[in-house]
Amino acid sequence: MSLTAPQFREISFTVNGRRVTRSVDVRSSLSDLLREDLGLLSVKKGCEVGECGACSVLIDGVAIDSCIYLAVWVDGKEVRTTEGLADEDGNLSIVQQAFVEATAIQCGFCTPGLLLTATELVESGQTYTRDELRTELAGHLCRCTGYQNILNAVELAQARHAEAQIGSPEFWEAVTPR
Amino acid sequence: MFDLKALYIPDTVEEALTLLAEHPDAHIMAGGSDTLVKLRDGKLGGLEWVSLHGLDELRRITLDDDDTIRIGPLASFTQVARSAIVRGRLPSLAEAVLTIGGPQVRKIGTIGGNLCNGVPSADSASTCFAWDAEIEVSTADGVRTLPIADFYLSAGKVDLRPGELVTGILVRRAAYQGWHGAYHKYAMRNAMDIATVNCSTTVRLSADRSTVEDARIAFGVAAPTPIRAPHGEAALRGRPVSQAAVDAAAKAAIADTRARDSWRAAKAFREHMLAEIARRCLTQSIVRAGGRLTEKSPA
Repeated sequence: MSLTAPQFREISFTVNGRRVTRSVDVRSSLSDLLREDLGLLSVKKGCEVGECGACSVLIDGVAIDSCIYLAVWVDGKEVRTTEGLADEDGNLSIVQQAFVEATAIQCGFCTPGLLLTATELVESGQTYTRDELRTELAGHLCRCTGYQNILNAVELAQARHAEAQIGSPEFWEAVTPR
Repeated sequence: MFDLKALYIPDTVEEALTLLAEHPDAHIMAGGSDTLVKLRDGKLGGLEWVSLHGLDELRRITLDDDDTIRIGPLASFTQVARSAIVRGRLPSLAEAVLTIGGPQVRKIGTIGGNLCNGVPSADSASTCFAWDAEIEVSTADGVRTLPIADFYLSAGKVDLRPGELVTGILVRRAAYQGWHGAYHKYAMRNAMDIATVNCSTTVRLSADRSTVEDARIAFGVAAPTPIRAPHGEAALRGRPVSQAAVDAAAKAAIADTRARDSWRAAKAFREHMLAEIARRCLTQSIVRAGGRLTEKSPA
C-alpha cells in the first residue's frame, strides 16, 4: 500500500474536536485543505512560504505554518484552528478575550495565527518573560499594531490562565509536598 | 497545489530504502520547510518525492551503549533544542538550532534536512563540524558512516547517492567529553533570517585549565560549504590560555576561508565579521570550559 503513490489518499484526522475523513490530493498544502475543503477561513494565506505565520494552526497542540505542511501529513493528528477556540456557547477563550481587552487587533489578518501560537504558549502553563514572548512570537508578522498590544495581551492571558488553574487538580498536584 | 509528480509515503525506514532503491530519481522530503518553499517558487517541479514524515523512528535523540550521541535526522530543531542529551553534552548545538527561522518553522524543519540541503549557511552545519559529527548513511544493502567534512562535497552538494538515506547524525564520546563550545550567527534580523556568516567553536583545556589542549573552529558562509579552519586551530592548539592567543587564532582562521562578494555582503565585510565572531566564540568556549582569559600569555 505505502509502496504506491496514488494521487489521492484517504486520511482521517480531528479538526476542532470533530472527526473528519477526506480524500486528499497529495499535492495540496494543509492550508488548502482547511480553507477550501473544510471552509475554515480563519486560516489566512499571507506569504505562503512560511515567513509570516498568518496560516499557523495547532497540530497535536503545536503551532506550525500550514502553508508549508502537506495536507496528507495530518492523517491521524489533531488540528485546532481559531474556529475551535471559543466554547460551544460562543464564549471566547482566555487568549481571545485578552486580545480583545488589550486591543491587540487592528486589521485582523495576523490575529488567527497569533491566537494559536499564544494558545500553545498559555496552555503550556509556563510563564514567559516579555523577552521570551518576543522570541516565541517571532514567527508572526503584524503590520498594524507594532506588537506592543499583542505582547500585553499574551501576558494578560498568561496571568489569567495561571489564576484559572488555582484549585484545579493540576494545581494541587504541583503544590502538594511529596 | 505543489507540483509533485508523485508522492510516496513510507511507514518504516525499510520501506523508505526499498522505495529509494526502486525510484533512484526520487527526491527526499523531510520536514518540507525548504523543499515546499522551493516548489512554491516554481523550482523542483514535476519530480517524484519520498516523504519521510511517517518515519518516527528517525526522530529520536538517544545515547548509544558507547555514549555516542545519536540524533535522528528527522528530529525537528525544537526537539534538538529541548533534548536533555543535546543540552547537556552539545549545548552550542541547541543554541545554533534556536537561531533558525521562527518557532513554527523550527517545529517542522529537521536537522537532517538542514544538513542534506548542502547550503553553507545552515545553522546546524557549522556546529556539527565543530563537534566532529559523523553522518550515517543507509541503503537497502547496508550502512556507511563518514565524517561530516567528507559529507559536504561542494556548494549545495552532499555525498548522498541515489538510493541512500541519512539515518543518523553521530557524535562520539571522544569528540564531546571534556569539550566546550559556542555558536554565533551574524544576520540582519534576530529571527526569520539567513546567516550572513556564522561560526561555531569547541575547545578542550588541560586539567589545570591553563592550556588549550585542542580547539576546533568551524565557519558557515565562509566558503562554498561549511568548513573547518585548520590554520586557526593550529594557532591555538597547545597554547597557554590567553586573550592574545584567542585573537591570533581568530585572525589566522581567515586564511582558511574563501568568502565571496554577494548581494548579502561583501567579501571584505564577511572576513572581518568571521574573525570577530570566531574571537567571540573562542572566548566564550574557553570561559565555559572554566578557563580564565588573561590579556597576555603567562610568561
